[in-house]
Amino acid sequence: MEENIKWTKLTRCAGCGAKVGAGILAQLLDGIEVHRDPDLLVGFDKSDDASVYRLSDELALVQTVDFFPPIADDPFLFGQIAAANALSDIYAMGGEPKLALNLLCIPEKMPQSAVHALLRGGYGKVYEAGALITGGHSILDEEPKYGLSVTGFVHPERLLTNAGARPGDIMFLTKPLGTGVLTTAAKAELCPPAALAQAYRLMATLNKAARDIMVRYRVHACTDVTGFGLLGHAVEMAQASGVALTLDAKGFDLLPEALALARTGILPEGMYRNRTFAQPFVDAGQTELAVQDLLYDPQTSGGLLIAVDPADADALWDELRPSVPSAQRIGKAADYTGGARIILR
Amino acid sequence: MVDARGYSCPMPVVMVQKEVSRSAPDQLEVLVDDRCAVENISRFAGHSGYAVEIREVADDEFSLLLTKLP
Repeated sequence: MEENIKWTKLTRCAGCGAKVGAGILAQLLDGIEVHRDPDLLVGFDKSDDASVYRLSDELALVQTVDFFPPIADDPFLFGQIAAANALSDIYAMGGEPKLALNLLCIPEKMPQSAVHALLRGGYGKVYEAGALITGGHSILDEEPKYGLSVTGFVHPERLLTNAGARPGDIMFLTKPLGTGVLTTAAKAELCPPAALAQAYRLMATLNKAARDIMVRYRVHACTDVTGFGLLGHAVEMAQASGVALTLDAKGFDLLPEALALARTGILPEGMYRNRTFAQPFVDAGQTELAVQDLLYDPQTSGGLLIAVDPADADALWDELRPSVPSAQRIGKAADYTGGARIILR
Repeated sequence: MVDARGYSCPMPVVMVQKEVSRSAPDQLEVLVDDRCAVENISRFAGHSGYAVEIREVADDEFSLLLTKLP
Protein backbone atom coordinates (compact mmCIF):
# COMPACT_ATOMS: atom_id res chain seq x y z
CA MET A 1 0.00 0.00 0.00
CA GLU A 2 2.86 2.40 0.79
CA GLU A 3 3.92 2.33 -2.87
CA ASN A 4 0.84 4.43 -3.65
CA ILE A 5 1.74 7.28 -1.32
CA LYS A 6 3.87 10.03 -2.85
CA TRP A 7 5.63 11.11 0.34
CA THR A 8 7.20 14.18 -1.27
CA LYS A 9 3.74 15.39 -2.33
CA LEU A 10 2.82 15.71 1.34
CA THR A 11 5.21 18.65 1.78
CA ARG A 12 6.02 21.93 0.11
CA CYS A 13 9.76 21.86 0.80
CA ALA A 14 12.12 19.00 0.14
CA GLY A 15 14.58 17.88 2.81
CA CYS A 16 17.01 20.53 4.02
CA GLY A 17 15.39 22.99 1.61
CA ALA A 18 12.78 23.39 4.34
CA LYS A 19 15.40 24.94 6.63
CA VAL A 20 14.76 28.48 7.87
CA GLY A 21 17.21 30.79 6.07
CA ALA A 22 20.47 31.70 7.84
CA GLY A 23 19.67 35.42 7.83
CA ILE A 24 16.16 34.88 9.24
CA LEU A 25 17.51 32.49 11.86
CA ALA A 26 19.95 35.15 13.10
CA GLN A 27 17.05 37.61 13.44
CA LEU A 28 14.92 35.06 15.29
CA LEU A 29 17.70 34.46 17.81
CA ASP A 30 18.62 38.12 18.15
CA GLY A 31 18.27 39.39 21.70
CA ILE A 32 17.75 35.96 23.25
CA GLU A 33 19.84 35.67 26.37
CA VAL A 34 22.78 33.27 26.03
CA HIS A 35 24.00 31.52 29.18
CA ARG A 36 27.63 30.47 29.29
CA ASP A 37 29.57 27.69 30.91
CA PRO A 38 33.35 27.25 30.83
CA ASP A 39 32.89 23.64 29.71
CA LEU A 40 30.57 24.53 26.82
CA LEU A 41 33.14 24.35 24.03
CA VAL A 42 30.72 25.06 21.17
CA GLY A 43 27.41 26.83 21.59
CA PHE A 44 25.28 28.43 18.92
CA ASP A 45 27.19 31.70 18.66
CA LYS A 46 29.27 30.64 15.65
CA SER A 47 26.64 28.76 13.64
CA ASP A 48 28.26 25.36 14.16
CA ASP A 49 26.76 21.96 13.43
CA ALA A 50 26.41 20.70 16.97
CA SER A 51 26.97 21.80 20.54
CA VAL A 52 29.93 20.38 22.42
CA TYR A 53 30.31 20.08 26.19
CA ARG A 54 33.54 19.04 27.94
CA LEU A 55 33.02 16.22 30.42
CA SER A 56 36.71 15.72 31.22
CA ASP A 57 40.10 16.59 29.73
CA GLU A 58 39.75 13.51 27.49
CA LEU A 59 36.08 13.54 26.64
CA ALA A 60 33.51 15.96 25.29
CA LEU A 61 29.84 15.34 24.53
CA VAL A 62 28.61 16.32 21.05
CA GLN A 63 24.88 16.88 20.65
CA THR A 64 22.78 17.71 17.62
CA VAL A 65 19.27 17.43 16.19
CA ASP A 66 18.06 17.46 12.60
CA PHE A 67 14.78 16.52 10.96
CA PHE A 68 12.85 17.46 7.84
CA PRO A 69 9.88 16.66 5.58
CA PRO A 70 10.09 13.86 2.99
CA ILE A 71 12.94 14.10 0.49
CA ALA A 72 12.01 10.83 -1.23
CA ASP A 73 8.77 9.01 -2.02
CA ASP A 74 10.18 5.75 -0.71
CA PRO A 75 9.87 5.87 3.10
CA PHE A 76 12.82 3.51 3.63
CA LEU A 77 15.06 5.83 1.62
CA PHE A 78 13.67 8.89 3.39
CA GLY A 79 14.55 7.24 6.72
CA GLN A 80 18.06 6.43 5.56
CA ILE A 81 18.69 9.96 4.28
CA ALA A 82 17.25 11.71 7.33
CA ALA A 83 19.43 9.55 9.60
CA ALA A 84 22.59 10.01 7.51
CA ASN A 85 21.94 13.76 7.59
CA ALA A 86 21.44 13.90 11.37
CA LEU A 87 24.52 11.77 12.06
CA SER A 88 26.57 14.01 9.78
CA ASP A 89 26.57 16.89 12.27
CA ILE A 90 28.54 14.70 14.70
CA TYR A 91 31.03 13.72 11.98
CA ALA A 92 31.44 17.38 11.00
CA MET A 93 32.69 18.11 14.52
CA GLY A 94 35.21 15.27 14.24
CA GLY A 95 33.15 13.16 16.64
CA GLU A 96 31.71 9.65 16.75
CA PRO A 97 27.94 9.19 17.17
CA LYS A 98 26.84 6.87 20.00
CA LEU A 99 23.17 7.42 20.88
CA ALA A 100 20.24 8.62 18.83
CA LEU A 101 16.57 9.40 19.48
CA ASN A 102 13.90 9.37 16.78
CA LEU A 103 11.84 12.46 15.99
CA LEU A 104 8.80 11.35 14.06
CA CYS A 105 5.78 13.28 12.77
CA ILE A 106 3.23 11.22 10.83
CA PRO A 107 -0.26 11.70 9.45
CA GLU A 108 -2.84 9.62 11.28
CA LYS A 109 -3.87 7.82 8.08
CA MET A 110 -0.36 6.75 7.09
CA PRO A 111 -0.26 2.94 6.80
CA GLN A 112 1.82 1.27 9.50
CA SER A 113 3.88 -0.58 6.94
CA ALA A 114 5.08 2.73 5.46
CA VAL A 115 6.06 4.11 8.86
CA HIS A 116 7.77 0.82 9.63
CA ALA A 117 9.80 1.12 6.41
CA LEU A 118 10.78 4.69 7.34
CA LEU A 119 12.01 3.59 10.74
CA ARG A 120 13.87 0.59 9.31
CA GLY A 121 15.75 3.02 7.07
CA GLY A 122 16.66 5.22 10.03
CA TYR A 123 17.70 2.35 12.34
CA GLY A 124 19.82 0.77 9.61
CA LYS A 125 21.84 3.92 9.06
CA VAL A 126 22.34 4.50 12.78
CA TYR A 127 23.59 0.93 13.20
CA GLU A 128 25.87 1.35 10.18
CA ALA A 129 27.32 4.37 12.00
CA GLY A 130 28.04 2.18 15.03
CA ALA A 131 25.48 4.02 17.15
CA LEU A 132 22.20 3.02 18.83
CA ILE A 133 18.65 4.33 18.66
CA THR A 134 17.37 4.24 22.23
CA GLY A 135 13.91 5.76 21.86
CA GLY A 136 12.29 8.90 20.55
CA HIS A 137 9.10 10.87 20.30
CA SER A 138 6.26 10.67 17.78
CA ILE A 139 3.43 13.09 17.12
CA LEU A 140 0.56 13.22 14.64
CA ASP A 141 1.07 15.80 11.92
CA GLU A 142 -0.45 16.18 8.45
CA GLU A 143 3.01 16.83 6.99
CA PRO A 144 5.34 13.93 7.76
CA LYS A 145 8.77 14.72 9.19
CA TYR A 146 11.58 12.50 10.40
CA GLY A 147 15.00 12.93 11.88
CA LEU A 148 17.11 12.24 14.92
CA SER A 149 18.64 13.84 17.91
CA VAL A 150 22.16 12.40 18.06
CA THR A 151 24.69 12.31 20.86
CA GLY A 152 28.34 11.55 20.21
CA PHE A 153 31.76 11.98 21.69
CA VAL A 154 34.99 13.65 20.70
CA HIS A 155 38.33 14.32 22.38
CA PRO A 156 38.20 18.01 23.37
CA GLU A 157 41.52 18.65 21.66
CA ARG A 158 40.46 16.85 18.47
CA LEU A 159 37.23 18.80 18.20
CA LEU A 160 36.66 20.38 14.78
CA THR A 161 34.54 23.47 14.31
CA ASN A 162 33.97 25.78 11.36
CA ALA A 163 36.13 28.41 13.13
CA GLY A 164 39.63 27.01 12.80
CA ALA A 165 40.59 27.51 9.13
CA ARG A 166 43.98 29.22 8.73
CA PRO A 167 45.46 31.13 5.81
CA GLY A 168 47.17 28.64 3.51
CA ASP A 169 44.82 25.75 4.36
CA ILE A 170 43.63 23.64 1.42
CA MET A 171 39.87 23.15 1.07
CA PHE A 172 38.23 19.82 0.30
CA LEU A 173 34.66 18.68 -0.29
CA THR A 174 33.56 15.03 -0.14
CA LYS A 175 30.26 14.76 -2.07
CA PRO A 176 29.11 16.22 -5.42
CA LEU A 177 26.70 19.17 -5.45
CA GLY A 178 23.25 19.50 -7.02
CA THR A 179 20.99 17.15 -5.04
CA GLY A 180 18.64 20.03 -4.16
CA VAL A 181 18.04 20.79 -7.83
CA LEU A 182 17.47 17.11 -8.63
CA THR A 183 14.93 16.56 -5.84
CA THR A 184 13.16 19.78 -6.88
CA ALA A 185 13.04 18.56 -10.48
CA ALA A 186 11.69 15.23 -9.23
CA LYS A 187 8.65 17.05 -7.82
CA ALA A 188 7.76 17.99 -11.41
CA GLU A 189 8.82 14.55 -12.66
CA LEU A 190 11.62 16.20 -14.64
CA CYS A 191 14.56 14.40 -13.03
CA PRO A 192 15.98 11.48 -15.03
CA PRO A 193 15.42 8.37 -12.85
CA ALA A 194 19.09 7.36 -12.89
CA ALA A 195 20.16 10.82 -11.74
CA LEU A 196 17.56 10.77 -8.96
CA ALA A 197 18.71 7.33 -7.85
CA GLN A 198 22.29 8.61 -7.74
CA ALA A 199 21.21 11.65 -5.71
CA TYR A 200 19.43 9.39 -3.20
CA ARG A 201 22.49 7.15 -2.92
CA LEU A 202 24.68 10.18 -2.24
CA MET A 203 22.33 11.58 0.38
CA ALA A 204 22.06 8.20 2.12
CA THR A 205 25.85 7.83 2.27
CA LEU A 206 27.26 8.45 5.75
CA ASN A 207 30.05 10.99 6.17
CA LYS A 208 31.69 8.43 8.46
CA ALA A 209 34.45 7.46 6.01
CA ALA A 210 35.38 11.10 5.40
CA ARG A 211 35.42 11.77 9.15
CA ASP A 212 37.45 8.66 10.00
CA ILE A 213 40.09 9.66 7.45
CA MET A 214 40.29 13.38 8.15
CA VAL A 215 40.80 12.99 11.91
CA ARG A 216 44.19 11.43 11.20
CA TYR A 217 45.39 14.65 9.53
CA ARG A 218 45.93 18.22 10.64
CA VAL A 219 42.44 19.39 9.80
CA HIS A 220 41.81 22.89 11.15
CA ALA A 221 38.11 23.34 10.35
CA CYS A 222 35.18 21.28 9.14
CA THR A 223 31.47 21.61 8.53
CA ASP A 224 28.92 19.61 6.59
CA VAL A 225 27.23 21.12 3.57
CA THR A 226 23.47 21.09 4.07
CA GLY A 227 20.60 23.54 3.79
CA PHE A 228 22.62 26.73 3.33
CA GLY A 229 24.42 25.32 0.28
CA LEU A 230 28.16 25.13 -0.28
CA LEU A 231 28.59 28.90 -0.41
CA GLY A 232 26.37 29.55 2.63
CA HIS A 233 28.41 27.16 4.73
CA ALA A 234 31.69 28.41 3.24
CA VAL A 235 30.79 32.01 4.14
CA GLU A 236 30.04 30.91 7.69
CA MET A 237 33.36 29.08 7.90
CA ALA A 238 35.31 32.04 6.47
CA GLN A 239 33.64 34.48 8.87
CA ALA A 240 34.05 32.24 11.92
CA SER A 241 37.70 31.57 11.04
CA GLY A 242 38.54 35.17 10.15
CA VAL A 243 39.86 34.16 6.71
CA ALA A 244 38.94 34.53 3.05
CA LEU A 245 38.43 31.45 0.84
CA THR A 246 39.53 31.38 -2.78
CA LEU A 247 37.52 28.68 -4.51
CA ASP A 248 38.03 27.23 -7.98
CA ALA A 249 34.65 26.91 -9.73
CA LYS A 250 36.14 24.18 -11.95
CA GLY A 251 37.26 22.17 -8.93
CA PHE A 252 33.71 21.26 -7.96
CA ASP A 253 31.99 18.04 -8.91
CA LEU A 254 28.58 19.29 -10.07
CA LEU A 255 26.06 16.59 -10.91
CA PRO A 256 25.70 17.04 -14.70
CA GLU A 257 21.90 16.59 -14.78
CA ALA A 258 21.58 19.18 -12.01
CA LEU A 259 23.64 21.66 -14.00
CA ALA A 260 21.49 21.10 -17.09
CA LEU A 261 18.31 21.59 -15.07
CA ALA A 262 19.68 24.71 -13.34
CA ARG A 263 20.31 26.25 -16.77
CA THR A 264 16.61 25.86 -17.59
CA GLY A 265 15.50 27.50 -14.35
CA ILE A 266 14.59 24.40 -12.31
CA LEU A 267 15.87 25.67 -8.98
CA PRO A 268 14.58 25.26 -5.43
CA GLU A 269 13.30 28.21 -3.44
CA GLY A 270 15.99 27.54 -0.81
CA MET A 271 18.68 28.32 -3.39
CA TYR A 272 17.40 31.91 -3.59
CA ARG A 273 17.24 32.18 0.20
CA ASN A 274 20.87 31.03 0.36
CA ARG A 275 21.84 33.59 -2.26
CA THR A 276 20.16 36.38 -0.33
CA PHE A 277 22.15 35.44 2.76
CA ALA A 278 25.57 34.66 1.28
CA GLN A 279 25.83 36.65 -1.94
CA PRO A 280 26.94 39.90 -0.23
CA PHE A 281 30.07 38.04 0.92
CA VAL A 282 30.84 36.33 -2.39
CA ASP A 283 32.76 37.67 -5.37
CA ALA A 284 31.70 35.26 -8.11
CA GLY A 285 33.69 36.92 -10.91
CA GLN A 286 32.70 35.55 -14.31
CA THR A 287 31.41 32.22 -12.96
CA GLU A 288 28.44 30.98 -15.00
CA LEU A 289 25.11 31.70 -13.29
CA ALA A 290 23.99 28.05 -13.29
CA VAL A 291 27.29 27.00 -11.69
CA GLN A 292 26.85 29.64 -9.00
CA ASP A 293 23.28 28.42 -8.49
CA LEU A 294 24.54 24.91 -7.76
CA LEU A 295 27.04 26.32 -5.27
CA TYR A 296 24.06 27.92 -3.45
CA ASP A 297 21.85 24.83 -3.91
CA PRO A 298 20.57 23.55 -0.54
CA GLN A 299 21.96 20.07 0.01
CA THR A 300 20.41 17.37 2.12
CA SER A 301 23.02 15.21 3.80
CA GLY A 302 25.80 16.83 1.76
CA GLY A 303 29.51 16.19 2.07
CA LEU A 304 32.09 17.55 4.51
CA LEU A 305 33.82 20.85 3.79
CA ILE A 306 37.33 20.47 5.19
CA ALA A 307 40.18 22.95 5.72
CA VAL A 308 43.48 21.07 6.09
CA ASP A 309 47.06 22.11 6.73
CA PRO A 310 48.79 22.42 3.30
CA ALA A 311 51.49 19.96 4.40
CA ASP A 312 48.82 17.24 4.76
CA ALA A 313 46.71 18.12 1.73
CA ASP A 314 48.14 15.62 -0.76
CA ALA A 315 48.07 12.72 1.67
CA LEU A 316 44.51 13.53 2.72
CA TRP A 317 43.41 13.77 -0.89
CA ASP A 318 45.02 10.42 -1.75
CA GLU A 319 43.17 8.77 1.09
CA LEU A 320 39.83 10.48 0.53
CA ARG A 321 39.62 9.78 -3.19
CA PRO A 322 38.86 6.04 -3.07
CA SER A 323 36.79 6.30 0.11
CA VAL A 324 34.25 9.11 -0.26
CA PRO A 325 31.64 9.72 -2.99
CA SER A 326 33.69 12.50 -4.60
CA ALA A 327 36.89 13.99 -3.17
CA GLN A 328 37.21 17.51 -4.54
CA ARG A 329 40.08 19.88 -3.96
CA ILE A 330 38.25 23.17 -4.26
CA GLY A 331 40.59 25.96 -3.20
CA LYS A 332 42.45 27.48 -0.31
CA ALA A 333 42.13 29.81 2.64
CA ALA A 334 43.90 33.17 2.66
CA ASP A 335 44.30 36.20 4.91
CA TYR A 336 41.16 38.28 5.02
CA THR A 337 41.95 41.80 3.96
CA GLY A 338 38.40 43.16 3.67
CA GLY A 339 35.87 42.83 0.89
CA ALA A 340 34.45 39.48 -0.18
CA ARG A 341 34.95 36.46 2.09
CA ILE A 342 34.69 34.04 -0.82
CA ILE A 343 36.45 34.64 -4.11
CA LEU A 344 35.16 32.31 -6.81
CA ARG A 345 37.24 31.93 -9.95
CA MET B 1 -0.89 33.48 -21.29
CA VAL B 2 0.27 31.23 -18.48
CA ASP B 3 -1.36 31.84 -15.11
CA ALA B 4 0.87 30.10 -12.58
CA ARG B 5 -0.47 31.93 -9.54
CA GLY B 6 -1.01 29.59 -6.64
CA TYR B 7 1.60 27.10 -7.81
CA SER B 8 4.83 26.55 -5.85
CA CYS B 9 8.28 26.03 -7.37
CA PRO B 10 9.22 24.42 -9.61
CA MET B 11 5.74 24.21 -11.19
CA PRO B 12 5.51 27.76 -12.61
CA VAL B 13 8.71 27.46 -14.66
CA VAL B 14 7.67 23.98 -15.76
CA MET B 15 4.32 25.37 -17.01
CA VAL B 16 6.20 28.06 -18.96
CA GLN B 17 8.63 25.51 -20.42
CA LYS B 18 5.71 23.38 -21.59
CA GLU B 19 3.94 26.34 -23.22
CA VAL B 20 7.13 27.48 -24.97
CA SER B 21 7.87 24.03 -26.37
CA ARG B 22 4.20 23.56 -27.36
CA SER B 23 3.60 26.84 -29.21
CA ALA B 24 7.03 28.56 -29.51
CA PRO B 25 5.35 31.96 -28.98
CA ASP B 26 6.94 35.24 -30.01
CA GLN B 27 5.50 36.72 -26.85
CA LEU B 28 4.21 35.10 -23.72
CA GLU B 29 2.71 36.70 -20.65
CA VAL B 30 3.11 34.84 -17.36
CA LEU B 31 1.45 35.58 -14.02
CA VAL B 32 3.09 34.33 -10.82
CA ASP B 33 2.80 35.11 -7.13
CA ASP B 34 6.14 33.78 -5.96
CA ARG B 35 9.60 35.38 -6.22
CA CYS B 36 11.24 32.00 -6.75
CA ALA B 37 9.06 31.59 -9.84
CA VAL B 38 10.10 35.02 -11.15
CA GLU B 39 13.77 34.06 -10.87
CA ASN B 40 13.32 30.56 -12.28
CA ILE B 41 11.35 31.82 -15.29
CA SER B 42 13.91 34.59 -15.88
CA ARG B 43 16.69 32.01 -15.95
CA PHE B 44 14.73 29.79 -18.33
CA ALA B 45 13.97 32.77 -20.58
CA GLY B 46 17.62 33.84 -20.69
CA HIS B 47 18.65 30.30 -21.55
CA SER B 48 16.01 29.89 -24.28
CA GLY B 49 16.44 33.10 -26.27
CA TYR B 50 13.72 35.21 -24.67
CA ALA B 51 14.01 38.68 -23.19
CA VAL B 52 11.97 39.11 -20.03
CA GLU B 53 10.23 42.15 -18.64
CA ILE B 54 9.06 41.91 -15.02
CA ARG B 55 6.31 44.02 -13.47
CA GLU B 56 5.02 43.76 -9.92
CA VAL B 57 1.27 44.11 -10.54
CA ALA B 58 0.19 43.69 -6.91
CA ASP B 59 1.81 42.80 -3.61
CA ASP B 60 3.95 39.74 -4.40
CA GLU B 61 2.17 39.23 -7.69
CA PHE B 62 4.19 39.56 -10.87
CA SER B 63 3.59 39.74 -14.58
CA LEU B 64 6.44 38.52 -16.77
CA LEU B 65 6.48 39.34 -20.45
CA LEU B 66 8.70 36.98 -22.43
CA THR B 67 9.67 38.25 -25.91
CA LYS B 68 11.57 36.10 -28.39
CA LEU B 69 14.91 37.63 -29.25
CA PRO B 70 15.65 38.03 -32.97
